[in-house]
Amino acid sequence: MRNIESKIIIEAIANLCAKANFHLPNDILCALKQSILYEDNVAKDILEEIIENAEIAKTNGLPLCQDTGTANFFVKLGRNVQIEDGNIYDAINEGVSLGYKNNYLRKSIVTDPLNRKNTQNNTPANVYVDSIDGDKIEISFLPKGGGSENASALKMLAPSCGWEGIKRFVLDVVDNARNACPPLIVGIGIGGDFPSVALLAKKTLFREIGSKNNSSFYDNKEKELLEDINKLNIGPMGLRGKTTALAVFIETKPTHIALLPVAVSIQCHSCRRQTITI
Amino acid sequence: MNVHLNDLIFNLNSLKAGRKILFSGTIYTARDAAHKRIINLLDSGNKDKIPFNLTNSAIYYCGPTPTKPGNIVGACGPTTSSRMDVFTPRLLKEGIKVLIGKGDRSKEVENSIKKNNAIYFIVTGGVAALISKSVIKADLIAFEDLGPEAIYRFEVKDMPLIVAIDNLGNNIFVRG
Repeated sequence: MRNIESKIIIEAIANLCAKANFHLPNDILCALKQSILYEDNVAKDILEEIIENAEIAKTNGLPLCQDTGTANFFVKLGRNVQIEDGNIYDAINEGVSLGYKNNYLRKSIVTDPLNRKNTQNNTPANVYVDSIDGDKIEISFLPKGGGSENASALKMLAPSCGWEGIKRFVLDVVDNARNACPPLIVGIGIGGDFPSVALLAKKTLFREIGSKNNSSFYDNKEKELLEDINKLNIGPMGLRGKTTALAVFIETKPTHIALLPVAVSIQCHSCRRQTITI
Repeated sequence: MNVHLNDLIFNLNSLKAGRKILFSGTIYTARDAAHKRIINLLDSGNKDKIPFNLTNSAIYYCGPTPTKPGNIVGACGPTTSSRMDVFTPRLLKEGIKVLIGKGDRSKEVENSIKKNNAIYFIVTGGVAALISKSVIKADLIAFEDLGPEAIYRFEVKDMPLIVAIDNLGNNIFVRG
C-alpha cells in the first residue's frame, strides 16, 4: 500500500485548475495554426484572435475564457493507494474550491437547477473514478464551458439506423452548435447504454488532435465525418469558412441487441484539458 | 472604423451587417440572471430601481472572471446571446440601443432591432484574455449576490466588434 495525504491531492488539483484554464494545449494550437492556411477574411481574423488570446492568457496568467467551466475529473485510482484523512471525491472538491478561489477563476455552479443560487466555489465537481492496478493516481481535468455543453446531445437510435443514422444525427447536432464557439472538437460515443454513452463521448475529448483511432474502421469514420462537418460551411464562430471542426473522435463500447445509443459531446475551440499523475 | 457609443446613433446607417469596428464607450454586463431581475423590476413597476438608465445604453452579455489584484478586470468574453432572446425585445422597447454578445438571435429579436433602430454586435467567443485588454475601467454596480452574473459597468476602448444585425434587420448569420 502507498499512503498519499489528502493535502497532496488538494494542492495538485488546485494547481491543475490554474494550469488548465491558462494554457491551451499544444495540439489544439497547432491545429488552429494549420487551419489558418485554408481561411481568409473574418474566419482567418478569428483564428488569429484565438491564437493571440492563448499567448496573452499564458503570459499573464489569465483564463483563456471567462467561462472556466464545470470541473470534470476522470480519475484512474490505483488499488494500492490509500488516501490519508479523506477520500478522492472530497480531496478533488477541496482542490477545486481552493484552485478556483486562489487563481481568480469564475465560479459558475448553482446549487439547484431551478432555484439557481451560486455555490461560490465552483463545486461540486463531476468526479468519475475508475479502479486500476498499481499505486498511482492519474487525474485528467476537463473544465467545460456551458455554451458547448448546451450544444451536446444524445439519441437512442434503432440498430437498423446504422452508420448512416449516426452520421445524420452527428451532422444535425453540429449544425445546431453554431453558437458553441467553433471551430469545434466533436467527441462521439457509440454503444453502451443511456448514461454510459454520454460519458464515453466526453472522455474522447482527451484524445490529442492528430492521434489515430485504435480501430482503422473508426479511424476512417472519423475522417469521413470531419470532412462532412467541414463542408457545412459553419466556420469559426459560425461566420462561415472551412474550419467548422478541428477533429472528430469516436469511442465505442459493447451494447444491447436492441440498442444503438449515440452521444455527441461538443467541445468549443477553447479545449482545456490537462492530466497529472500522483 | 472607430465608433464611440455617444456617436453611434448618428452612425447607425453606415454600420451595415458584416462591418468590423473598434468600439469605445460605456457598456453594462448582464446575462441570464441579471436580465430576469431587470425584467421583474420592469414588470413590478420598479423601473427606477434598475441599476442603470436603459435609454440609449449598451448591454454586453458577459460574466467575467474575478479580477486579479493589480488588474483592471478579469477575463471577459461574450456568452451566447440567444439565451437572452426572450428578454431582448422588451429591453429594446425600453430604450436599449446596443447589444453585444456571440451567435445568432431569434427572428423576434431581429425584428425588434429593426423596429427600435438598434444594433447587435458580436465579439469573438473564447478569447476572453484578449478582450480584457479593451476594458480600461470596470466597476461592479449591482446584484453582487449573483456572483459572475452581477452587473458591471465597463469603460471600453477599441473593443473589436462585428455588426451582426444592423438597424435595418440585415443579419450576417445564415439560417439553415
